Amino acid sequence: MALVNITIEGQHYQVDDSLTVLEACRQCGYNVPSLCSFNHGQCSLASCRVCLVEIKGAKGLCASCVYPVNEGMEITISSPKATEARRASVELILSNHQKNCLQCDKNGHCELLEVAKLVGARDGMYEGEKTPVTIDTLAPGLTRNTGKCILCGRCIERCKNAQGISILGFENRGFNTIVSPLENRSFAQSPCLQCGQCVNVCPTGALMEHSEIDKVDAAFKAGKKVIVQTAPAVRSAIAEEFGEPIGTCGTGKMVAALHRLGFYRVFDTNFGADLTIMEEANELIERIKHKGVLPQITSCSPGWINYLEYYYPELIPHVSTCKSPHMMEGAIIKSYYAEKHDIPVEDIFVVSVMPCTAKKYERQRSQMPNDVDAVLTTRELAKLIKRAGIQWSKLPEEEFDSDLIGEYSGAGVIFGVTGGVMEAALRTAYFWMTGKEYQAINFTDVRGLDGVKEAEVDFDGTKVKVAVTSGMRNAKPLLEQIKAGTSPYTFVEVMCCPGGCINGGGQPYVHPSLLPNEDLDIIDTYCQKRASVLYSEDERCVVRQSHNNPDITTLYSEYLKKPGSEKAEELLHTSYVSDRERFPEASK
Amino acid sequence: MAEKITSEAELHERVAHCAACLNKKFKGEDGKKAIVVCGGTGCLSSDSEGIITEFERLIKENHAEDKVTVNVVGCFGFCSQGPFVKIWPGETLYTKVKVSDAKEIFEKDILGGEIVERLLFVDPVTKEKVKSQHEINFYKLQKRDIALKGNDQINPESLDEALAYETFVGLAKALHMTQQEVIDEVSKSGLRGRGGAGFPTGRKWQFAYNEHNDEKYIICNGDEGDPGAFMDRSIVEGNPMNVIEGMMIAGYAIGAKNGYFYIRAEYPVAVQRLQHAIKLCEEVGLLGDHILGTDFSFRCHIRLGAGAFVCGEETALLNSIEGKRGMPRPRPPFPAVKGLWGKPSVINNVETLANVPYIIKEGWEKYAAIGTEKSKGTKVFALGGKVNNVGLVEVPMGTTLRQLIYDIGGGIPNGKQFKAIQTGGPSGGCLTAKDLDTPIDYDSLIARGSMMGSGGAIVMDEDNCMVDVAKFYMTFICDESCGKCSPCRIGTKRLLEILEKITEGRGTEDDLVQLENLAHYVSQNSLCGLGQTAPNPILSTLASFRDEYEAHVQDRTCPAHVCKKLIQYWIDPEKCKKCSKCARGCPVDAITGEVGKTPFVIDPNKCIKCGTCLSGCPFGCISKI
Repeated sequence: MALVNITIEGQHYQVDDSLTVLEACRQCGYNVPSLCSFNHGQCSLASCRVCLVEIKGAKGLCASCVYPVNEGMEITISSPKATEARRASVELILSNHQKNCLQCDKNGHCELLEVAKLVGARDGMYEGEKTPVTIDTLAPGLTRNTGKCILCGRCIERCKNAQGISILGFENRGFNTIVSPLENRSFAQSPCLQCGQCVNVCPTGALMEHSEIDKVDAAFKAGKKVIVQTAPAVRSAIAEEFGEPIGTCGTGKMVAALHRLGFYRVFDTNFGADLTIMEEANELIERIKHKGVLPQITSCSPGWINYLEYYYPELIPHVSTCKSPHMMEGAIIKSYYAEKHDIPVEDIFVVSVMPCTAKKYERQRSQMPNDVDAVLTTRELAKLIKRAGIQWSKLPEEEFDSDLIGEYSGAGVIFGVTGGVMEAALRTAYFWMTGKEYQAINFTDVRGLDGVKEAEVDFDGTKVKVAVTSGMRNAKPLLEQIKAGTSPYTFVEVMCCPGGCINGGGQPYVHPSLLPNEDLDIIDTYCQKRASVLYSEDERCVVRQSHNNPDITTLYSEYLKKPGSEKAEELLHTSYVSDRERFPEASK
Repeated sequence: MAEKITSEAELHERVAHCAACLNKKFKGEDGKKAIVVCGGTGCLSSDSEGIITEFERLIKENHAEDKVTVNVVGCFGFCSQGPFVKIWPGETLYTKVKVSDAKEIFEKDILGGEIVERLLFVDPVTKEKVKSQHEINFYKLQKRDIALKGNDQINPESLDEALAYETFVGLAKALHMTQQEVIDEVSKSGLRGRGGAGFPTGRKWQFAYNEHNDEKYIICNGDEGDPGAFMDRSIVEGNPMNVIEGMMIAGYAIGAKNGYFYIRAEYPVAVQRLQHAIKLCEEVGLLGDHILGTDFSFRCHIRLGAGAFVCGEETALLNSIEGKRGMPRPRPPFPAVKGLWGKPSVINNVETLANVPYIIKEGWEKYAAIGTEKSKGTKVFALGGKVNNVGLVEVPMGTTLRQLIYDIGGGIPNGKQFKAIQTGGPSGGCLTAKDLDTPIDYDSLIARGSMMGSGGAIVMDEDNCMVDVAKFYMTFICDESCGKCSPCRIGTKRLLEILEKITEGRGTEDDLVQLENLAHYVSQNSLCGLGQTAPNPILSTLASFRDEYEAHVQDRTCPAHVCKKLIQYWIDPEKCKKCSKCARGCPVDAITGEVGKTPFVIDPNKCIKCGTCLSGCPFGCISKI
């Protein structure tokens, strides 16, 4: 790394020589409009041709997103030539865009709209025929509308980099080019994990979650008792939707908003997370004691479960049979909670607010059809709140409802970040194995955002190796190891989205160009900031271990008896399929 | 098993022996006549293979095995006159030969020693019959001994015949030189890339040579895609060993151990001959380890292109070889730094590599003596369109367009007026009568609004509508845009839409302004060379034929009577013989009249402008207005 001297708009600057012109400009305080580039060139096809600038001595205009800076470079952004060129690129893109912005779900978060504003795009400049449009709404988690796609290729790169499965790619050529799964199939007809990572990076409304707001509205209209639960990761990010800095804890205001939205009860999925730990830690100990199949792999992430069933069905015996926390909580609401309050189950409508699009798929799995009735993403919840006219900044902080299943521990909170399930499980497993609480409480070795983390835990002399991974591309080597029978681990946590649920496909968009008040490096730090929200909430909790959650203790003593009991098996465990649909090969 | 060639001395010995054999064959010193039949794709499609079979049958039937042999050669290049049969000694050249003609040639010429006059070439200008190849104007003015070396002389599937033409002698010489000396030799020769842009080849090699990397690649770009262009195909089909030698020299110079031929799958003959040539070279040790006893090791691989025009763009080509979608990569990094699989790579066009052996063998001075100040050597053109002699032409740089079109090409058929010549394919432009004395070199063509391109040269006459020509190229580009960058993907479509509007008589003056504006942005904003040059056919026709555009827009007429929506078919009542032939032929009953009584009339509302009446009228009474 070295510094180079460059000139931007006639001003002298020193920047790192590893930067692109675009990054250098942003660092020096110039916002060159750009569309396709994303995250330090993780996707920089240089295909949108919006970030064009003049560089003295270079042939023609240069796409600043891929052009490296070098010593003595003179960059001009505001010359008529560059300004007009950028506008022309955007106007051309707009001429082939479905411009129903008023009805577009991405309204307010659309990078194209922002860029069009910045470059001063004029209406109707290059009108003409449009590329034939495909609208795919078949998959439970995601929708795709090619009419809004600008072919930036970010989603293609993200699917490849995060999950290593490349579901999306370019199809056809020339004016008919679209981004789609193989042969323009639906997501539902492809081995797609529905994780929504592609949705997170899409600059327009081409890729969206499959909204279930209408379902929730209908439940209210039908007079159901609509009970909502929110996943831990949601609180780490929801405040962003209301203009608060990334890393703001939104728990209290979110709960207040949910109360105002008329939900019958507002629960925390952390209770479900604590329950999951009870079952999963028990399962682990059983496997260790009875020499069962090891390593045990976690099962909370439905994206990971999709990956398992599509790509590694032979590993099913390794995977914990525990339902994910919100499904467990849904099952308990519709059994224990309903019975205690004598509410007919059919009157209850359980809504899960999740950072996740795959949860929308998960709730429709035939193995657990009625536990949860609708899944909203963090973004959808924000829409509900805004729609109701609730002003976030004026909301008070409120507590989750304390009604049989209201308590939660710090262990449940950290489920939302990679390593959290592992840490929570270790706290309880340690207690059960050794008969005493782990003094340090935190298992810091499994924290952090690395793709694969490993640790060795000393259960009073018994050493247990564990591993934590997130993002299927990172997970693959671990899974291959397990498949080969050479895995040194006893317990493995797998989360589908890189960084865990805090970076889930249903979380608020982190598009730096639309976040002018965030730091320049926000794309590198947002996961850490969201994670720290959860770790601080864990620190604040009085109860830090799932087995010490009083509502959990009561639930077991009064209803489930003990972890792994027949009742627990019935309500809290599920199964996986090794013959998940096999999609046809490409027709060539 | 073929005898290995393991040293330079062995190579020279073998070359001398093969050259003597071939010379004997041509001169008939072995006491035999040699029938040579063209084996280029064009002639093969006119059943030149059948001609060979027929000759073989005749030889067998007449027990003439000791009197005559039949041989296939690469390509005569004079495609409009094929299939060719040439008789050695004497070089009598028969043109447009059919299988049924073989017997006559065999009996009269081979056995009887009498020339079959009716199959000789007739000069389009003098109308005289010409007996032998070297007397035909088409060949006389060419210099076919660098890129097209041996193409119409040797069997492309024979290593010995290639060696007879001193193939691999240049390589042997290069292996005595240092890598830098080889690069310097090529730099000094002034060789520039023949694929289109004309980048100095030596400099390209130097960039890759300067990179320190154990693995480097040399890639031969044979993804020839310009409409009407077939230079590379013929070069590979005619003398694949020459291209292999060029690639090996380039590989040696930059430090590559592996070379990739990227050839379109639509060129099956070229691919098969190249495969065969590689196999032959491997068998004798000319490819593999320790070539000619040196430390130089080299292997050739073939990759087939699936027909996307954009894969001729070098970074898209790299993606395609890597198994990815053929879409260009942004530059920098340049392929010489980060190319195939991230390694330093040089991509040279087929014709460029075909020039290299000559430069090394003969020395840069001899090569640089050919051509103009900044464009050295020869260039191969695929001359086509409205010109009498259609075919493959190799001429020294600096030859004028007039020489190309009128002397070599034999002028415009049917006494029509020359209007333009399109060079450089879809990226190029049109040159007009005022440019006829322009010497063909990289810089003068660019200065006049076109470019050298890979060598397509399409001649147009007064019957070509230049707006329609622009539309043709735009349609091509629009189909072939990879879809990656928005200015090319959407911009070319919009340009095409405007051209469609104009040719359908819906255009306005504003459309012409919009056309120019958008053309400017597409060329300025696009990612790769394809998009950047895509508007050239529009810009160059607008520059030279703005009046034609204006006629379409202002008067709603097509001066060349090409654009269907703007023309009408009209029967001259004064001339009409009232025979009803036109009415009977009309597929939509648009023509009415009474036989022998009233002149026939076309109803413009019913007429679909198919042209059946015009071509059918025996008296020439029908015209387009």
